[in-house]
Amino acid sequence: MGMTMDDFFFMALAAGVGVSMVAGPLGCFVVWRRMSYFGATLSHSALLGVALGLLLGVNPMIGVVATCIVIAAAVFSMERDPRFAADTILGILAHGMLALGLVAIAFLDNVRVDLMGYLFGDILAVSTNDLIWIYGGGAACLLILGMIWRGLLSMSVHDELARVEGVPVSAMRLIFMLMIAFVIAIAMKIVGIMLIVSMLIIPPATARRFARTPEQMAFYAVIVGSLSVLGGLAASATIDTPAGPSIVVVAMVLFFATAMPGVARRQA
Amino acid sequence: MIDSELQTPLIRAENLTVSRGGQPVVNKISLTVNAGEIVTLVGPNGAGKSTLIRALLRLIDCDSGVIQRKPGVTIGYVPQQLEIDPTMPIDVRQFLRLGELSSEEDMKRALEEVGVAAVIDTPMQGLSGGETRRVLLARALLRDPDLLVLDEPTAGVDFGGQAELYELIRTIRDSRQCGVLLVSHNLHLVMAATDRVLCLNHHICCEGQPDAVTRNPAYLELFGSEAVASAMAVYTHHHDHQHDLTGAPIEESGHQHHGHDHG
Repeated sequence: MGMTMDDFFFMALAAGVGVSMVAGPLGCFVVWRRMSYFGATLSHSALLGVALGLLLGVNPMIGVVATCIVIAAAVFSMERDPRFAADTILGILAHGMLALGLVAIAFLDNVRVDLMGYLFGDILAVSTNDLIWIYGGGAACLLILGMIWRGLLSMSVHDELARVEGVPVSAMRLIFMLMIAFVIAIAMKIVGIMLIVSMLIIPPATARRFARTPEQMAFYAVIVGSLSVLGGLAASATIDTPAGPSIVVVAMVLFFATAMPGVARRQA
Repeated sequence: MIDSELQTPLIRAENLTVSRGGQPVVNKISLTVNAGEIVTLVGPNGAGKSTLIRALLRLIDCDSGVIQRKPGVTIGYVPQQLEIDPTMPIDVRQFLRLGELSSEEDMKRALEEVGVAAVIDTPMQGLSGGETRRVLLARALLRDPDLLVLDEPTAGVDFGGQAELYELIRTIRDSRQCGVLLVSHNLHLVMAATDRVLCLNHHICCEGQPDAVTRNPAYLELFGSEAVASAMAVYTHHHDHQHDLTGAPIEESGHQHHGHDHG
């Protein structure tokens, strides 16, 4: 064992597992509802949120959540415009907002901003305050998700059928969007803005092969996500790779490793 | 049904208009569905049938007109399409429980009622087109609906299966005495299972009993000579069987179709 099991490592591990616990179940819905590009658009907007947070002197996480909500609302209202495909609007906002964020950060010349940290994660710099955000907010998120699980699942299967059966679809969509914004805010520290969507997408995609129910898939996604964090941090500690990208690489390796013939349990 | 004039309709629409891009897709349509009655909307593709259904279900807004539901009415809905993402692992049992938190016993009974008792453990994505329709119907029935709304209940089902499905819908109406509003693009198949037909092409072209509608010039113009030929072929066939007390057809052997293909 060459790696040093110091406090930094355990703080980072606790943060990464905490994020995985929320990102796994929420990510399942992102996968089921084919919203990965939507997630990417929100996460790319997060840098602008950081800049606004610093500019206004509030916690950057609050800036990120607020910006994500505004962008999500913009996407929802513009998606109804028949002149543009949803895909085009997401593309415009994703790249436009990232660029705007970079420009806004450049204006903050009195604050030193660790741009690389925001873009690609800085998990080894996780503070106790971050952990409180991750676990406090994460617990609330999971509690809410548990309460709306069946309705959200129903509308992900068939939106109109769910509406006829009395699911308050608009409210659920809003709550879901708020939770995604929150996950982006807390995952930013772990893997960075550019790689956040991978935390939402890859563990559920891997979990899919082993799951027989939606709930199993959500649970396995937490396990796979946590293993990815552990593997990535271990690589970072032993061979000094960048932690955030290493986590994503491990997640991808797990995805392809379980995709090999004979590894996955056959579905009946 | 003598007292059908006296009862409150399950759903009633008056002068309903829904526009898309300035064009009325549904133009001043009025209709009612009473308990125990099967009302069929027929019309060519793009005639506004699904739009009308979705307006009645309050899934889309209307430009003008009134929709009244009988207070406390429960609606069971069978949508035209069900495309569950392949990444979602979900079997029939879990799918049914999304609608109503039913007991295992109720779910089995509902699946039996629609003739697919064996699929309860099957992944939804592994069902055939006909099985999917029946499972959707079972989910609607588990709500114990007063009104069943079915949008093209035979979409993705082969020709023989379509006739069976309409037969099933009639059986369900007979046993539950619920109202049924269904959309179909081929009237001749639903003839035997329909009390009233509304022929739709943005507005109502004609309406009435199925045999009267098929002889109506407006209907014939809308569907062309093909309608006449197939109506002759299938319509007569559909009247040559009997039903036992449970509503099941007695002469199954008379139900084979030969060389009649609807693209």
